[in-house]
Amino acid sequence: MKFETPAGINPIDQQKVIGQPASRLEGPLKTTGTAPYAYEYHQAAPNPAYGYVVGAAIAKGQIRRIDRRKAQAAPGVLAIVTAADVGQLPPGKFYADRLLAGPAVDHYHQAVAVVVAETFEQARAAAALLKVTYTQTKGAFDLTAAKDTAIVPKQGEFGGAPQTKVGDFEGAFAAAPVQLDATYTTPDQTHAMMEPHATMAHWQGDKLTCWCSVQQLNWGARDLGTILGIPQENIRLISAYIGGGFGGKGTALSDLVMASLAARAAGRPVKVALTRPQIFNNTTHRPATIQRIRLGATPDGILTAIGHESWSGNLPGGRTEAATASTKLLYAGANRFTELRLAVLNLAEGNAMRAPGEATGMMALEIAMDELAEKLHMDPIALRIKNDTQVDPEKPERPFSTRKLVECLQTGADRFGWSKRVATPGSVRDGQWLIGVGVAAAIRGAPITTSAARVRLNRDGIVTVETDMTDIGTGSYTIIGQTAAEMLGVGLDRVVVKLGDSAFPQSPGSGGQWGAASSTSGVYAACLKLREAVAKALGLNPAETQFANGQVLAGKRSYALGDAAKAAELVAEDTMTYGTLAKQYAQDTFGAHFVEVGVHRYTHEIRVRRMLAVCHAGRILNPKTARSQVIGAMTMGVGAALLEELVVDKQVGFFVNHDLAGYEVPVHADIPHQEVILLEDLDPTMSPMKAKGIGELGLVGVAAAVANAVYNATGVRVRHYPITLDKLLGKVNLT
Amino acid sequence: MKTFTYERVRTPAEAAAAAARTPGSKFLAGGTNLLDLMKLEIETPAHIIDVGKVGLDKIEPTPAGGLRIGALVTNTDLANHLPVRRDYGLLSRALLAGATGQLRNKATTAGNLLQRTRCPYFYDTNQRCNKRVPGSGCAAIAGFSRQLGVIGTSNACIATHPSDMAVAMRALDAGVETVKANGTTRTIPLAQFYRLPGQTPHLETILEKNELITAVLLPPPVGGVHIYQKVRDRASYAFALISVGAIVQKDGTGRIAVGGVAPQPWRVETAEQLLPAGAKEFTAQLLQGARPTKENAFKLALVENTVAAVLNEARH
Repeated sequence: MKFETPAGINPIDQQKVIGQPASRLEGPLKTTGTAPYAYEYHQAAPNPAYGYVVGAAIAKGQIRRIDRRKAQAAPGVLAIVTAADVGQLPPGKFYADRLLAGPAVDHYHQAVAVVVAETFEQARAAAALLKVTYTQTKGAFDLTAAKDTAIVPKQGEFGGAPQTKVGDFEGAFAAAPVQLDATYTTPDQTHAMMEPHATMAHWQGDKLTCWCSVQQLNWGARDLGTILGIPQENIRLISAYIGGGFGGKGTALSDLVMASLAARAAGRPVKVALTRPQIFNNTTHRPATIQRIRLGATPDGILTAIGHESWSGNLPGGRTEAATASTKLLYAGANRFTELRLAVLNLAEGNAMRAPGEATGMMALEIAMDELAEKLHMDPIALRIKNDTQVDPEKPERPFSTRKLVECLQTGADRFGWSKRVATPGSVRDGQWLIGVGVAAAIRGAPITTSAARVRLNRDGIVTVETDMTDIGTGSYTIIGQTAAEMLGVGLDRVVVKLGDSAFPQSPGSGGQWGAASSTSGVYAACLKLREAVAKALGLNPAETQFANGQVLAGKRSYALGDAAKAAELVAEDTMTYGTLAKQYAQDTFGAHFVEVGVHRYTHEIRVRRMLAVCHAGRILNPKTARSQVIGAMTMGVGAALLEELVVDKQVGFFVNHDLAGYEVPVHADIPHQEVILLEDLDPTMSPMKAKGIGELGLVGVAAAVANAVYNATGVRVRHYPITLDKLLGKVNLT
Repeated sequence: MKTFTYERVRTPAEAAAAAARTPGSKFLAGGTNLLDLMKLEIETPAHIIDVGKVGLDKIEPTPAGGLRIGALVTNTDLANHLPVRRDYGLLSRALLAGATGQLRNKATTAGNLLQRTRCPYFYDTNQRCNKRVPGSGCAAIAGFSRQLGVIGTSNACIATHPSDMAVAMRALDAGVETVKANGTTRTIPLAQFYRLPGQTPHLETILEKNELITAVLLPPPVGGVHIYQKVRDRASYAFALISVGAIVQKDGTGRIAVGGVAPQPWRVETAEQLLPAGAKEFTAQLLQGARPTKENAFKLALVENTVAAVLNEARH
């Protein structure tokens, strides 16, 4: 099915199942520990051995020699694989990083070898006996130092144009009566998902099956095929459950590659999991940025010039952190300039992490708006409302499909009690705590893309959905089940959802906030086909056939749904594809974040006291799972604001705090109260589902809202994340 | 993990004797730190002596009117023990400010005292670390040092001792009771228990080889207001940036030990005479001679502010 014109009324609009707060279908499996993750498939392949990855001990240089004699002789060792055994492997298509070092080492903890043994403990012990000697060469690890070498990169597949210009930014900024020119920095961040990267690889002849933890399975199979030099068709990836990814498990990473190589060398299935300390430097992360923002405005708060430049670094061939993405779309303003610059850094690869670019850029832009509002003596909400736009500011002929940013801000202001805010910083106290409130807008693209599904109906009326979509803890199983239930007029208890197998029809997987909208639309298309097949099997006219309450109805005739499959199971498969609506309309999701913080008068510890998000994100397929996505994202935003920083050791060239004791993410005690309001929205330009993603929107702007609240509490403007107490010490007026 | 042999002993004296018998052995109690370090091959004992069943899990009154805390009393049991909560509130609060419920259920009193530093360079075996590999150098001093020590450190090591419990015990004038391999026992004041790193940061206490901690002795209660204020970036489950353990009397005198600044709980008794004068005067004396790095110099002001907060709270 090709979706080319805005959707009309369709079965989804009934919202008998869709739009209802169904609990997660797989919830009981997870709470009872019976949902198997990649490393936990104990029976799926016979007699698995264990691989342990050895990471490079240097950041840049060459492997001079690998002495494997002691390791080889260690108890239980079955195989050792290095680049000397398998040659240099190319990178896959999505990641630039080579997943096996040798002879060159490109970054710290890049995989140098995998040691395979009968048990995990034997493999780890033997790995420690592998003697690798290196020739170290000088690397670049400091973004500030490398900034001047950064270039404007070519436009990549994601992230949009690296440079945009509308009108005369420089002239308008110079002439603006009120100006803001400030530089902000965001640090490297890691995804810190619960489940580590893990794979069990099993070869049968030239066919490879991997139980793994990969968000986009068909990218994974494609990239693994490229890296190993085997046809993608020979690879089957299974990721039925994923313990979090946040963009850090997009496609093939070293666990997948090293497990595959290890299993081939050992002639047995092999399990490989990266250890927690390896994940930080071996896999990908959200890259640090330096961002300069210049805003020019009239005295009454109309933006006349918007300039946003961002610098980031990466391995050669790596992507740019597209921190200017939101700035292109969020506010009106006749004269505009955005630019991304990319330097070479010899750290692990920078790549996608939840709302890549947008979360990063909005950490800066939404502080800048707060600063400008103060200069204008305006309420920061009023400033944002004044500069709202209903068209793409860079292409005014292109309207937003739906955009209720103003309503998000106003609804949130009412609910949060924004009118009680005291604009003068440092004015409000509660015991030993200085209290402040902050606000930020949120915007996140709503991409939707080709997605396929297969739907089966059996004689008992059970509907089974199959697609290679993944559920990374988001609720994919549930919303896909709800879609099929709605389409076929049955309850959710009559639907079985099978996900996470690359042998199933292709979806775009989980990422880019496209998964929910895309995969349910693919299921919609397949269900339409199944409805036709049901009508046909029952001898009914498809156009007149209704599906409700487990019954198929046409005129006065009625059948149980399963009757259609009495003779044989009915199977329908279809792919939803798209026309040009995304070009005609700017399709985005919007929100507003409100945060109250307390800053301890003496220690300057910062604690969030309450948070509110208002979201406008298309049809909400399931308010319970949507809310869970948003509160999780808000939590991540608190981490970005106050805690999270991969600290670069600029001498050695690596992320030093590479475990969860050193890299702090919020714990329960950091998150006291969160509220989410989901505004009604049906976007017929998206798909028949009229839905958009929401999982990344919930993060965008949160950190800036926290930063603005800290300013309101203390009068200290911190422009360098994370906002830690040492950045406030000595600056807070305690009188 | 390096392969090791294992034995379980029944009495403290047996433990010390077993250690004397087998070179390269380590005592295992709760294992919350040792096992992690063994997996990373930072600790590589050839032999493990499991002391988990030797008793030593009681908290008893002493004839002097204090408490004798068995070496194997868990952090949870110690924090919840009624006389501890009543008479040594500082200790209970410090314990509850540390780790998580799960860890406190396993971690023991002696193990807590002997836990190793959390310096990230100590934990990464590819990096230089004089504490882990004597003579290899220190990557932390010119590296990431925000968490690390500002006083009592040396040019060989700036690691801190991570314990909260030990800070309270230092303020409480605790003593460490031990047994040696030859069966003799002694009590070491906690003030003398830890060594400063100097050029030998791998030697962290004055315990002799094979000497086993059997108990911690608390002197009789001293009254006063007990406050443990731990300062950290996140609200729970984090090591202290700095912490202040204080016992403040009605007349403004008191004792203060500080965590997160030094290779041991940091207390300067002579500085305490300045407590009635205020936080600034006291802290200046307490941290006299501090040698912070650029990244952790904020700890000096943070200690002063936190002492001010504690004194303020004690007054109210």
